[in-house]
Amino acid sequence: MSLFLFLSFVALLSALGVVLAKNPVHSVLFLILTFFTLSAHYLLLNAQFLAAVNIIVYAGAIMVLFLFVIMFLNLNQDTEPHKPMLAKVAATVSGGLLLLVMVAALRNVEPAGYNADKFDSQIGMVDRLGMVLFQQYSLPFELASILLLAAMVGSVMLGKRETGERNF
Amino acid sequence: MSLETLGWQGLVILVLFGLSLLIATYCTYAERVIAAFLQDRVGPDRAGPYGLAQPLADAVKMFTKEEFFPGGANKALFIFGPCLAMVTALMSSAVIPFGNFLKFGDTVVHLQGIEINVGMLYVFGIVSLGVYGIMIGGWASNNKFSLLGAIRAASQNISYELAMGLALIAVLMMSGTLSLREITLQQSVPGEWHFWNIVKQPLGFIIFCVCAFAETNRTPFDLPECETELVGGYHTEYSSMKLGLYLFAEYINVFVASAVMSVLYFGGFNFPFQYELSQWLQSSRGLSADMAQNVISILGFAGLFLKIFAFIFFFMWVRWTLPRFRYDQLMRLGWTILIPLAIFNILLTGGLINFGVIAEVKQWWLTSPIAVR
Repeated sequence: MSLFLFLSFVALLSALGVVLAKNPVHSVLFLILTFFTLSAHYLLLNAQFLAAVNIIVYAGAIMVLFLFVIMFLNLNQDTEPHKPMLAKVAATVSGGLLLLVMVAALRNVEPAGYNADKFDSQIGMVDRLGMVLFQQYSLPFELASILLLAAMVGSVMLGKRETGERNF
Repeated sequence: MSLETLGWQGLVILVLFGLSLLIATYCTYAERVIAAFLQDRVGPDRAGPYGLAQPLADAVKMFTKEEFFPGGANKALFIFGPCLAMVTALMSSAVIPFGNFLKFGDTVVHLQGIEINVGMLYVFGIVSLGVYGIMIGGWASNNKFSLLGAIRAASQNISYELAMGLALIAVLMMSGTLSLREITLQQSVPGEWHFWNIVKQPLGFIIFCVCAFAETNRTPFDLPECETELVGGYHTEYSSMKLGLYLFAEYINVFVASAVMSVLYFGGFNFPFQYELSQWLQSSRGLSADMAQNVISILGFAGLFLKIFAFIFFFMWVRWTLPRFRYDQLMRLGWTILIPLAIFNILLTGGLINFGVIAEVKQWWLTSPIAVR
């Protein structure tokens, strides 16, 4: 329990850091820390595979590309776009509304208490996950892979050099 | 797990940690000696007998040099970069099984930091984080050459991680487990001929090995620190021990990459005729079964380190033999040669498993007394 509270504390703090940091590179680093705390939460839930994959995919690949792009753009105070007042007010109101909806939806939720006798400590292990994924959810899994393949082909098409175009 | 076992396990972790630091230290010496040998020079021979105190002299030099911060650098991240590089390098050796187990009475001590269910994914995750140290350091230096080095490191690591992962999938298809200890145990079944994974996965090993060179930023893929183009690459602005940490992290990465390759493809702590030797120790020398297993475990530990040293030598041999690639050649090799080859390897492995050429792996250690889990 104390571990959970500590992790939640770090997660919330680093998530706040993402929003409040002035320097975009610091924001990215805070976001990476947030992903780490989320992975630690998965470990607490006995989902080792999910925790490892979360680190590899989000912290290891996607955030590297984020950092890559932000380093290239060299963002600072001067290049920061100044948004009109109306946009700021609209963003605040819609964000507040989202918070309201989520609080209203989750206010009366009873946590489904776990049964210590029936609790299966192997539930999040990789072989169990594979069994469920390839037997029970085989079709959605394959459909998701086709979606990813389509996205991959699309990005290759967009990035492809056309004839006559200079390389650099 | 009893308190006594826990204490022994902690000792094992400390010893392994110390060993990886020691090996990385003497890698710097070995690199110079091997370079000198390959170039027909004398090499370091002034500090101590055969120059063996050279790493100590280097450390003293590194610590006493001026600590320099470039103007306009982000100071916190400038310090954080090398620390992160070092931490990620040291973390990955935690799950590598350096030996089987030692058994004294009821106390069983595994010669491994920690055994986890998803060991291979753990190593892979830590390796993918290794690039942050370089990226943050390169960006925080406020130097265009450093930034270019950092960008190169990031794109190179991401590109070669893909091929590395795909090469790994073929091994995992055969083994059916992500645990490095179980992958090692599978490569030697008592009482029958059983080959190391290199025999079943020669193509996968070559792909993995090339990717390991790229991931550790070693020549011929050391473009992030390419002197002829980028002055010093990501560590252009670094001096004193912060530079030392970057260089040291590279050697630890080489050590870990060698260890992972030995475990995945070269049988880990297994060595030929280990079961016959165990039988002989028991029948002719009168050792108990536990003691015989302890002897085998210690020999296997030494054997794994021999394999690791051979790989480290290979890393250095390549560095002083091959010239550096050009950056576009590096990218073309990664994306248009290694990735298709790795996918072909997956298809090939799947076909061979389907037609029974590669037999299904027996999980013999689940019932055997000689492999306590």
